Amino acid sequence: MATYLLEIGLEDMPAHVVTPSVKQFAQKAGQFLKDNHLDYETINTYSTPRRLTIEVLGLAAKQADTEEDVKGPAKKIAQDAAGNWSKAAIGFTRGQGMTVDDIEFRELKGIEYVYLHKQTAGKPASAILPGLVDVIKSLTFPTRMKWGSYDFEYIRPIHWLVSLLDDQVVPMQLLDIKAGRRTEGHRFLGHPVDLKQASDYVEALRGEKVLVDADERKALIKAQIEKIATDNQWQIDLDQDLLEEVNNLVEWPTAFAGRFDEKYLEIPEAVLITSMKDNQRYFYARDQAGKMVNAFIGVRNGNADHLDNVIRGNVKVLTARLEDAAFFYAEDRKKTIAQFVDRLKTVSFHDKIGSMTEKMARVKTIAGLLADHVGLADADKQKLLRAASIYKFDLVSAMVGEFAELQGVMGEVYATLAGEDPAVAQAIREHYEPISADGALPQSTIGTLLAIADKFDSVMSFFAVDLIPTGSNDPYALRRQAYGIVRMVAAQHWQFDVSALQKQVVAQLTQNDQLAGLDWGKNQAAVADFFRDRVGQFLGTGKIRHDILDAVQNAPTVDVTGMIDAAKILTAHQDDPDFKATMEALGRVLRIADKDPQNVAVNVALFENSTEKALHDAVSTVKADFDAQPSEANYQALRGLTAVITDYFTETMIMADDKQVRTNRLAELTGLASLIQQFGDITAVIVK
Amino acid sequence: MTRKEEAMSKKMSVQKMIQTLQNFWADKGCMLMQAYDTEKGAGTMSPYTFLRAIGPEPWAAAYVEPSRRPADGRYGENPNRLYQHHQFQVVMKPSPENIQDYYLDSLRALNIDPLEHDIRFVEDNWENPSMGCAGVGWEVWLDGMEVSQFTYFQVVGGLEVSPVTSEITYGVERLASYIQDVNSVFDLEWGDGVLYGDIFKEPEYEHSKYSFEESDQDMLLKFFDAYEKEAWRLMDLGLVHPAYDYILKCSHTFNLLDARGVVSVTERAGYLSRIRKMAHKVARAFVEERKKLGFPLLKHQVEEAD
Repeated sequence: MATYLLEIGLEDMPAHVVTPSVKQFAQKAGQFLKDNHLDYETINTYSTPRRLTIEVLGLAAKQADTEEDVKGPAKKIAQDAAGNWSKAAIGFTRGQGMTVDDIEFRELKGIEYVYLHKQTAGKPASAILPGLVDVIKSLTFPTRMKWGSYDFEYIRPIHWLVSLLDDQVVPMQLLDIKAGRRTEGHRFLGHPVDLKQASDYVEALRGEKVLVDADERKALIKAQIEKIATDNQWQIDLDQDLLEEVNNLVEWPTAFAGRFDEKYLEIPEAVLITSMKDNQRYFYARDQAGKMVNAFIGVRNGNADHLDNVIRGNVKVLTARLEDAAFFYAEDRKKTIAQFVDRLKTVSFHDKIGSMTEKMARVKTIAGLLADHVGLADADKQKLLRAASIYKFDLVSAMVGEFAELQGVMGEVYATLAGEDPAVAQAIREHYEPISADGALPQSTIGTLLAIADKFDSVMSFFAVDLIPTGSNDPYALRRQAYGIVRMVAAQHWQFDVSALQKQVVAQLTQNDQLAGLDWGKNQAAVADFFRDRVGQFLGTGKIRHDILDAVQNAPTVDVTGMIDAAKILTAHQDDPDFKATMEALGRVLRIADKDPQNVAVNVALFENSTEKALHDAVSTVKADFDAQPSEANYQALRGLTAVITDYFTETMIMADDKQVRTNRLAELTGLASLIQQFGDITAVIVK
Repeated sequence: MTRKEEAMSKKMSVQKMIQTLQNFWADKGCMLMQAYDTEKGAGTMSPYTFLRAIGPEPWAAAYVEPSRRPADGRYGENPNRLYQHHQFQVVMKPSPENIQDYYLDSLRALNIDPLEHDIRFVEDNWENPSMGCAGVGWEVWLDGMEVSQFTYFQVVGGLEVSPVTSEITYGVERLASYIQDVNSVFDLEWGDGVLYGDIFKEPEYEHSKYSFEESDQDMLLKFFDAYEKEAWRLMDLGLVHPAYDYILKCSHTFNLLDARGVVSVTERAGYLSRIRKMAHKVARAFVEERKKLGFPLLKHQVEEAD
């Protein structure tokens, strides 16, 4: 059993690339060994910003021997009547590295064929391993680059390769780099080192001030930070993402604490955290009471020598940032919310659409409609309307001008300082959420309604000026915003009929004289389809069958929650024994029903057989409860109609010669179809 | 006091710092060029970088580039923000194998010993959409402060480049503030006891005043159109370098308009797209021109290899 080490030495990789890449390396190398029948026990990974390494343990000395039977041409082609071997037979055996003497015949489905029993002796590991150079080349990365004069792309320039099978170099070459036993130590603290054998790797590099074991390195950073925290009686929020990033920025970590002037603690916490954590990759600290302290913890890529220099430099950088922030905070606090809001008149939301002030006015209108729609209590509605009247004000604050990522966050801070209701302040922060496809949703109902109103206005207004996303081109992130609405509506289980809401909104904007000269009517169908696709996207992330997805996406009205419910219900019943019969019966109704329903009342006097009466009575019963009860009950009610529908179609000729009778029957089915369509176009559902 | 401590105690002036970097990179084979005399936002926009990064010919140059960013002006009142700052620019094509080591050695030449500091290469992929440029690289952090930008160009003027140019941009004021340990750039010693503020504070105020309050928008809009027209006319005549000067003028004029806050989001995209179209065109024209000449600098590469 042998140990094989393969290290790729590179210029500093992006921190977020390191861990996934080394995992990918191990996975692909493992696959390579399996494909080549080279047995091994396990693969260890090591990684730093400058190296991706795999260590294969328990590696077999050679490939397993293989035996297989290879089928050749039929006997009548392989031999002539006299028993002489044909060219085909000779060629076949040669191709397998054998001779005609090795041929045996076997019968397969009544015909005799040439067979070779092939035994292949396994090659030694050292003959297989050089092929791993193709695994190195095959690694994929989020960004790739070229360097020098090479026509080759990788995450960063490659500088060295170590390829050691126990104590022997397994040769391979990539560009001008020949693999060997020499690896590099820490960039400043270490030296190049020749490894005697593969298993020396971790300890040899430890001697050169590189901790190649990422888990060990991370544990050390954690312990160092915790020690500093304990010594100072601080509490640290050991953010896992930050820890992972910091871990992949260093080869030899030394944590240190720096202190900044206490006066900067007057700056809102969110700003302090952004400055420390996001801009400088520091951990921030709190005292035992949970109050932020004027200190930070950074991690140096090096040892403790001259740490004072490092601390002084970091304090200086942070101080410059905080000084700016303090200035902006002081400037902002001289202004009232009303003054900020007033300045929004001069801020363009989009030059084809209008100003921020106009947008806020529309959003307030939409928010009001939504509040009534979901039955929001009046006191909460007033808070929502207050929030909608001011919610973009922080965009013109100096702080957000500098720290754009704090939009909304500063709005909450400044609104609170100005004495706004906490619910109003919270909604201002929350209205940006979700900020990504799987980002957190607003916690409060008021924040959710403001977020929906803001996003719905964005989608509607950009569509109104023909700025509709196409292909990969979605500069205003309208897909993300519409998807956010779908998620929020689904989470709240609010009924949300896109077309109906659009009509209400346009009517109300018209009444309020807030149309701003835009043609709100022209792309309304496109807006509905846009939401249809987002619902599909939302359901596509769950385990919904494609045909069911097609069915609900083709519902005549884009009722977001209704569509989602329908998909879930159809999915829940897709394996029921009577699912097929139900879908077939209901689908038959949809196919024949009028696509463009005229509201024709059914005349019972025109019935000619008992199944007509039976269906009419059954549908009337179902219809009576339909709007008031949950979708599942509706599904059960429709399912209960299966037998009645089947009887009806057996006994009744829909396309009767008598026009009155025919129209009456179509009216009956169209009425029923409008109920079935709550589950979309179920004719798309595939039943076997 | 050891000699090193002596060197450290006498803070290196800005001009000494520039001289040191010039000497260092000249020894690495860079030609010392001078700042290019048309207004621009960054050293990358000098023809010694933008044009020379395109095409197969080798190139190695180092120069100081005064870089104007009207929107960053602060009337000389902010200790770290400037209308005009200085970049020390190093471009080498093809990128040398040990360019990272060269860079670290250049810091040592400035008496910054990596063992006494924390130096990191933090991912930062650089993009200049208006010039159709993109590259991959890092911000270099010195004790947490970004002191340089390090880029391997991948696309220049919309063209994929090969060989690849490495670009190192030192922020002169940033690095000097660190070396001289001052909190305001205006307190830096430029040379011989003369302070940065003595030279630049008044121009900073005046340029800020002009950019934010006094610039004639109508005139600038007319200038932009005229410069653009001239650039296209010159490109049609095959006059690549004069055309490029007018593209730079368009870029600076746009930056002045932007600083006045009169450019909306969409208009902004429109202007940037107009500049990008010219940058793409001039990049192609430059390669054509060099091709007609038989890529003369390739000869130099062969001789050097011999």
